[in-house]
Amino acid sequence: MPSHDVLVIGAGLAGQRAALAAAEEGVSVGIISKVHPVRSHSNAAQGGINAALNPGDSWESHAFDTIKGSDYLGDQDAVEIMTREAPEEILHLEHLGVTFHRNEEGKLGTRAFGGASAARTYYVADITGQAIMHVLYEQLMKYSEQIARYEEWFCSSLAIDENGECCGVVTRNVADGSMELFQAKSVILCTGGNGMVWKPSTNALICTGDGIAMAYRAGAKLMDMEMIQYHPTTLAGKGFLITEGARGEGAHLLNAKGERFMEKYAPNKMELASRDVVSRAEQTEINEGRGFPDGTVALDITVVPKKRVHEALREIVLVGRDFAGVDITREPIHIKPGNHYTMGGVKTDVDGRTDIPGLYSAGETACVSVHGGNRLGANSLLDTLIFGKRSGRDAAARAKRIDYSRASKQVLEDEENLVADLIGREKGSGRRISEIKLELGQTMDAKVAVFRDEAGITEALETVRRLKEEAKTAYIDDHGSVFNQDLIAAIELGYMLDNAECTCVAALERKESRGAQYRTDFPERNDEDWLKHIDLERTDDGPEISYSEVTITQWEPQERTY
Amino acid sequence: MADYTIKVRRFQPESGEGPYWEEFNVDLDPSLSVLDGLLQAKDRDDGSLAVRCSCRAAICGSCGMKINGQSGLGCKTQIGEAQEQANKMKAATGASAATADSPIGVQAPEQSAGVNAAETGATATAGAEPIVIEPMGNMPVIKDLITDMESTHWTKIRRVTPWLLPHGEPPEREYIVEPESMIDITQSMACIQCGACVSSCLSMEADPGFIGPAALAKAYRFVGDPRDAETHERLHDLANDPHGIYDCTHCFSCIDACPKGVAPMDQIMRLRRKAGEEGIEDPNSGHDHEIAFVKIIEKKGTLDESLLLQESFAPGVKGKLKPNKRAIREMLGSIPTAIRGIKTGKMRSLHKLIPGVHPKLPDQDDVKAIYAHAEEHNEEFNLYIKGEEGELAEEDVEKGIERSTAPAGQEADNAQ
Repeated sequence: MPSHDVLVIGAGLAGQRAALAAAEEGVSVGIISKVHPVRSHSNAAQGGINAALNPGDSWESHAFDTIKGSDYLGDQDAVEIMTREAPEEILHLEHLGVTFHRNEEGKLGTRAFGGASAARTYYVADITGQAIMHVLYEQLMKYSEQIARYEEWFCSSLAIDENGECCGVVTRNVADGSMELFQAKSVILCTGGNGMVWKPSTNALICTGDGIAMAYRAGAKLMDMEMIQYHPTTLAGKGFLITEGARGEGAHLLNAKGERFMEKYAPNKMELASRDVVSRAEQTEINEGRGFPDGTVALDITVVPKKRVHEALREIVLVGRDFAGVDITREPIHIKPGNHYTMGGVKTDVDGRTDIPGLYSAGETACVSVHGGNRLGANSLLDTLIFGKRSGRDAAARAKRIDYSRASKQVLEDEENLVADLIGREKGSGRRISEIKLELGQTMDAKVAVFRDEAGITEALETVRRLKEEAKTAYIDDHGSVFNQDLIAAIELGYMLDNAECTCVAALERKESRGAQYRTDFPERNDEDWLKHIDLERTDDGPEISYSEVTITQWEPQERTY
Repeated sequence: MADYTIKVRRFQPESGEGPYWEEFNVDLDPSLSVLDGLLQAKDRDDGSLAVRCSCRAAICGSCGMKINGQSGLGCKTQIGEAQEQANKMKAATGASAATADSPIGVQAPEQSAGVNAAETGATATAGAEPIVIEPMGNMPVIKDLITDMESTHWTKIRRVTPWLLPHGEPPEREYIVEPESMIDITQSMACIQCGACVSSCLSMEADPGFIGPAALAKAYRFVGDPRDAETHERLHDLANDPHGIYDCTHCFSCIDACPKGVAPMDQIMRLRRKAGEEGIEDPNSGHDHEIAFVKIIEKKGTLDESLLLQESFAPGVKGKLKPNKRAIREMLGSIPTAIRGIKTGKMRSLHKLIPGVHPKLPDQDDVKAIYAHAEEHNEEFNLYIKGEEGELAEEDVEKGIERSTAPAGQEADNAQ
């Protein structure tokens, strides 16, 4: 049985950072990823990473912007930690070799980003996430003796010992189909978000909410699951992302009449208001008939100097050319709000600890919460790195304190039986996995998106529960062991359905409008009743609701205008 | 919506059978990708069709494959374009264009040399040639379109010590470096490790040990990084390895295949140039050969072949016969090649091999304008600075640089 002091599940930025931080503490580390680490979705973070590193800037300013952006649902102690530690982390990355943009003096240079009161976004052209992740992977290769990499291994269940502590995971080697129980003293879930629950989404196909669902099934609490970010600039139909950096560089949003409509919604910050505000503005324009016939508005990047576009927005030039047939240096590109980010997730403290001893979580999987009701652009990479690092350190400290506890082989046998059952289903025994996935995605995008109401969410929840039943008899075509992607897709569908159910339940419960949750039947924010987190715990009858306080240190909730 | 037939080279390792071809019919918008087509086939017809994929937006690098024989990313190739290409290739091989069963809204294949105009004209709405999809080359196939990248690609990446090796302790704040230096290496940082260049590499086909385009582009990312303290050691290592930087044959395949504009071959050429600057001897003298070309044309306007060998191996003597030992050895060694050239008629202007006979172009202004332009636009190499080639050409036209094509006719004469 492979054993590691610390086992990290998922190898995006949070996972790789956690593994490196744990290894620095001198414990043995394993990192498991269902895809090769550099395929992880942190790649897609284009615009940059926030830190108050400039002499004129302050962590307090960064913290306030983050808290205001969160619509006061972010926990202020966690936000303080993240913004205080940000500058040191940027310098650490720079020292490791990230090719951050420089100003004329050769020092780190910044760009402007949404919802921020200062230009504090550090970047590598518009491939910031990719650049950082590849540099961290360089470090994983460098420290291969301390960190064992399990590339293309899929996790299907957490092992919990008789004391209720997490002691390992059940995994499947995708390449040959063999299943193993991995033993660990600490397990860190860094499996990203759940964007695939919606269709379309900017997220990669691998973002199926694995860690959130595994933690939930093992009994950990989830938090803020109703808070799903719709990004203001995604390509219609395909869901591809156009970085907020485009607006940071000065691009305008125009409706079909050519009006710069953000004047009406956010007269001060205009296109750089926070994402929930901009997405709602766009959707309002589209719903009220001022959009284009394809249900979009336009992003005009032609106002940005060409030289600057090539230097700073090159990826967007390629996306426009290859995926929309548009030369963004010459004409506006049609965009709309699209599913983008999971603010909610596995409830953790500021060291990544969940309710289950030995189980940690960081990055998009986790909900600390620093993003509350709405995440600011360029805060996601920061979240992954700061809380990845802190989880890694704390997980290592725990591993040094305790001995391995014996994981029961039962959990492995259960999983093997489950797989055997799935593979054994006859063609035609039920629906195809892909059909269920499609119905789920379309339902969630129609009913649990930018604007929500009780009737719509209820309908979505009923659909999700029906699909959960249908998934029990759905069949797969591939009966083999080697790279059985069909089987993995079926297990992922189960994860997605759990995620969807939790989002619907929480969205139905929160009877107010805050951040990404906008209820047309409750259009106002209601601090008196709803300045609190919604926590969910699994029962056989579905998620059980409880509440937890929002931590407020020095910023009392105010009205939120941009 | 349009109908397409995709023809996939499949391999199911547990079946006991060898690879085979299977066709799938899919219908999707021409602007969607080949990967979308594959996923539709997988969703609707056969879930066992194996293909790595994740982001669908050419950033994760999972879906490297060959489409109509070309290495690239499935998600970045529009299926409509792949169809046109399939039709064109069929037409170019002289076979008749396929007949239309159903209108699919795909553009008729463009007229190309050797194509029967009547036939292609008759298939204005046809697209019935299957789009051929295969796993990447130069790598073992595991299942269908999934290849073993670990044993080839990643092993080679690790070969180039792919992490920063700075000198001593890091500074308290950031390293202060030239802003241009970061932009310079960002082009190789843009690599997504998809393996398309490795798949297309002709040198690797001949020498599987070749470190290859992706790993060498990765190496440049450190050699070009002013924070790295091992530049000299890296260059020596890559130059002295027989499978290193001089194993590349300039075939441009990797540049064509790269979906991210990394231009691996350009990065290899930069490594060679830096190696030359470091005084590392190139067994082929490629760097000096390149400089010799540039110098001779700058001086004479066209290529004086009598000076080429000598300039390549004893640079700096320029016109004076004062070659060093190596130059003499190389020139003697090239005599058999020269004789073969004369015998086969490839070398006709024998008298031009006598130094001093080759004429200087009377008007050097155009040549000088090109040199001045190249000098001024030295950074054009990097896509993060200047954008795509097309735009460059356009800017050049605006500045009237198209004059530079003028001497081409004369050169053609001399080329004989």
